[in-house]
Amino acid sequence: MVLPHAADCLVRNSWICGKYLSTRRDTILTDLKQHVILTVVAVAIGFAVSVPLTLFVRRFRRTEGLVLGLTSVMYGIPSVALFAVLVPFTGLSGTTVEIGLVTYTLVIFVRNTLAGLDAVPPDVLDAARGMGMGPVRMFLRVEVPLAMPAILAGFRVATVSTVALVTVGALVGTGGLGQELSDAFSSYFKAEALTASVLCVLLAVTADLLIVTIGWFLTPWRRRRSA
Amino acid sequence: MSSWHRLIDYLTTASHWTGQAGILHRLEQHMALTGVSVAIAAAVALPLGLALGHVGRGGTLAINITNIGRAVPTFAVLTLLTLSPVGIGNRSTVIALVLFALPPLVTNSYIGLREVDPEVRDAARGMGMSGWQLFRRVELPLGMPLVMAGIRIATVQVWATATIAALVGAGGLGRLITDGLSSHDQGQLLAGAVIVAALALVVELLLALVQRQVDPLRRLRVAAATRGADVT
Repeated sequence: MVLPHAADCLVRNSWICGKYLSTRRDTILTDLKQHVILTVVAVAIGFAVSVPLTLFVRRFRRTEGLVLGLTSVMYGIPSVALFAVLVPFTGLSGTTVEIGLVTYTLVIFVRNTLAGLDAVPPDVLDAARGMGMGPVRMFLRVEVPLAMPAILAGFRVATVSTVALVTVGALVGTGGLGQELSDAFSSYFKAEALTASVLCVLLAVTADLLIVTIGWFLTPWRRRRSA
Repeated sequence: MSSWHRLIDYLTTASHWTGQAGILHRLEQHMALTGVSVAIAAAVALPLGLALGHVGRGGTLAINITNIGRAVPTFAVLTLLTLSPVGIGNRSTVIALVLFALPPLVTNSYIGLREVDPEVRDAARGMGMSGWQLFRRVELPLGMPLVMAGIRIATVQVWATATIAALVGAGGLGRLITDGLSSHDQGQLLAGAVIVAALALVVELLLALVQRQVDPLRRLRVAAATRGADVT
């Protein structure tokens, strides 16, 4: 008698299954790619929106409470509800997911960038002014570099939480690896569930390490101190 | 009919509020899931965090676990638990919610006790207080605002996360949204979204008020502020 060896783990519905990985490789990679794209686009747009917002708050200081309050309130809306409320307007689409994801990054970016810029010591600014720097040059050459660690901390938190949040996009049909989780739930497919979960965590950790590495290159003066 | 009309229509139809899939029953489920999960998480995490804070050890570990927790999608944990022997239903949901409520509770109770001014601690020791008395009469009251902040963060997070449980067929308010989606009922979808969002904000606000009430130094600060002075 010949046992169906090759199909074994799929038939037994094992948590770990090499055959699943080899036969469904393309689907997994497609979903992983979508997950990465959704994350990168959301974090990029979120940061791009947060920059003018942060500069606005710095220029008109009295709006700080309002801007931070509003972005925190939006952050407090559960993801399922935010995606759902957008469906009548942007449909079951990637746009719906991106708008939601971008919304959640705003408060993280604004708060971190603002804290970083505010923490620049006044005597450093005086010295820069004394050297004859104009406001734009001072901002780009002194304030932004000194705020860089805080800005990068914002990127880390925003990226890691976005990677996790993308999965909820499965609710409206665009969830990257969340799609796999959703499939795994409805077909009771263990290997699919575990693979997608592990990939999500690996993706978050990889992204985090990548940002730390970029930070290492962007802030060379911090390296010497820690060495 | 516009989305707005569909929403109002849904909310003003009495039959949508009652019955097994009605708004009130979903709210009841949601409150039960949140309440049970926060209670279990607090019973585990608070003694642990407070003990670590009193001794002054293990804090970095707790904070690292919090950071790792952020990378694990709730949806993934819910799916894994549902496919595991725990199975579909409330048990999986509660376990997942408890797991996500633990980190803020441990971290905040640890930091709350650690942040107590070392001079105050020395003074208490000098007065002859035992370790327990120091904890009970000095560290705990002074650390209370942060401990409460942890409970607030955990509760708000659990309340929000409980909606994701609807993706794996659990009860609660998230079901209004998933049911609305699967039956193409835009009114129900929007009603669910609006109710979930509004109640999340209400819960956050209520707990912020409670948190202010338990700050033992607040009255002092308020009194000082009215005199134009500043404590600390």
